[in-house]
Amino acid sequence: MAFFKVREIVKFFGGLAAVNGVSFEVQEGEICGLIGPNGSGKTTIFNLINGYFPLNKGEVIFQNEKISGLKPHQICQRGIGRTFQVVKPLKRMSVLDNVIASAFLRRHSRAEAQQLAEETIEFCGLTHYTDKLAKSLPIASRKRLEITRALATLPKLLILDETAAGLNPHELEEAIGLIKKIRDSGITIIIVEHIMKVIMTISDHIVAINHGRLIARGTPTEVASNPEVVKAYFGEDYRA
Amino acid sequence: MKRPFGQLFLLFLLLILPLVIREAYYQHLMILVLMWVAIGSGWNLISGFTGQVLFGAAAFFGFGAYTAALLSSKLGLSAWWGLPLGGILSVAIAFPFGWICFRLRGPYFALATLALNEIFRHVATIWESLTDGMIGILVMQTFVSKAPYYYVALAIAVVSIVVIDRVMQSRWGYYFVSIREDQDAAESMGINTLYYKMLSLCISAFLIGITGALYTNYMGFIDPKVVFSLHDISIMAILVGIVGGVGTIYGPLVGAFIMVAVQEIFRSGGFGLLNFIGRSTGWPFMSSITKFVGDAHVLSFGILVIIVILFLPNGVVGDWPVIRKMFVRSKDQAV
Ligand SMILES: Nc1ncnc2c1ncn2[C@@H]1O[C@H](COP(=O)(O)OP(=O)(O)OP(=O)(O)O)[C@@H](O)[C@H]1O
Ligand SMILES: [Mg+2]
Repeated sequence: MAFFKVREIVKFFGGLAAVNGVSFEVQEGEICGLIGPNGSGKTTIFNLINGYFPLNKGEVIFQNEKISGLKPHQICQRGIGRTFQVVKPLKRMSVLDNVIASAFLRRHSRAEAQQLAEETIEFCGLTHYTDKLAKSLPIASRKRLEITRALATLPKLLILDETAAGLNPHELEEAIGLIKKIRDSGITIIIVEHIMKVIMTISDHIVAINHGRLIARGTPTEVASNPEVVKAYFGEDYRA
Repeated sequence: MKRPFGQLFLLFLLLILPLVIREAYYQHLMILVLMWVAIGSGWNLISGFTGQVLFGAAAFFGFGAYTAALLSSKLGLSAWWGLPLGGILSVAIAFPFGWICFRLRGPYFALATLALNEIFRHVATIWESLTDGMIGILVMQTFVSKAPYYYVALAIAVVSIVVIDRVMQSRWGYYFVSIREDQDAAESMGINTLYYKMLSLCISAFLIGITGALYTNYMGFIDPKVVFSLHDISIMAILVGIVGGVGTIYGPLVGAFIMVAVQEIFRSGGFGLLNFIGRSTGWPFMSSITKFVGDAHVLSFGILVIIVILFLPNGVVGDWPVIRKMFVRSKDQAV
């Protein structure tokens, strides 16, 4: 039985099928890359997994339990953490308070929640910003705060939506390091990323979609050489 | 929190106040201030800390007030039973209301609370067999002196502030503020936003409801126009909240002082100053000015909101550093 699985999921926005019958599986402990051109439906898939949008069809199964139909907070309680592509910092709270709020999911006293929050902040390298207001953070740190907050809910599966977009090369290296460190701590990851260098180096397995449909699946090298994927990214006329 | 000393001193001052200021008029104003501290704190919890704007605080205030009045007029019980019961029944209203209306976000929730306010006012007006409609309900007051009412109001005000202070340092408080800052983020952090919004509304409704019940006991008379007043209760609650400082523990305390003073200045024509000028100068237009100022307090509320939003968007408590800087700077310039 797969650790995590989506089966034939469908989501319509009016007449537009943003996600149209996508199925894939993720094994425990791996990093699964989800790729596709702009508007191909990646964020929508995350929103379906996370329960932010209801599914029109299909199901999402996590650890042998059907989780589609649950509310986002219930899905988080089951052990799926997420970040948002358009970051959602709790602006008028300090970084520490942002993370304490999410640490309260697994820790009941204030002191324990604060301890978990501080550990997670350190793990993610945000210690420097602990007492800063979230709205004062630069974008790279905001992205990192998204990850920190998700991690503080102690997820088993973490879904990351373009957490490396808009970072400079140095920050990018750090972000890759952090994602690997999270994987090494035993958390399974599904990651959406446009930067091919990132996705190719860290993914164990890649799922490619276009126009809401699955077009390829396999190891990074397999997917990169798949003609459908090449076509989706570079157009009909591109010849390698 | 940081200076328990200052707070204990303030509490001590408030405790001895009725012994020092014996004039009934000022004691009355102080009772109003304390009641507004409780109402403002309740408003602030759901609106300031949780971010769900309560536009119809009078719904709970009036409900508590009528609970107390009906206990006395229909059941022959003491209206004081209205204090616990008015709070509890307000929660009983807030619970299903929240369950339905917290599916609405932003201004829609605010409008729904406004609708609840108006529905209650109409019901209390129309259901004459129960409430005597516009005639209102008279309740025998228990005490002649104001002091006992003052101490009950003080107790409710202190409890409101202490409860909210505690709550805001707990998990609930973190959840409330997270919901205010970003509801989608909060949900995805595992926070049951519907549940916690309802919890916050229920605590608010309780505080506002018991204050309504105290109002009945204190004033000895209520009617739908007074206790379900959109402008004298619901909007006043918002003003107490924003003038003092949205989302601050002591904001409602400061806001209550300022707003009761403002209301009183207009109601009494500058504490009788306008009347005095009119009488001593004999200018005939003074009486119409006096009357105009009395009527203009609605307008003054509007102007005050605009001033506060423009210059002190975080209220007096929230923007205290700004205010201090203003005064320090002007002193520097004077030198
Ligand atoms: N809430 C929404 N309402 C209507 N249409 C939407 C909504 N969200 C997404 N869409 C549409 O669904 C399609 C897929 O969007 P989605 O955001 O999932 O793409 P994406 O793969 O994440 O793109 P990007 O790489 O730009 O982030 C797009 O055509 C988009 O316009
Ligand atoms: Mg996207």
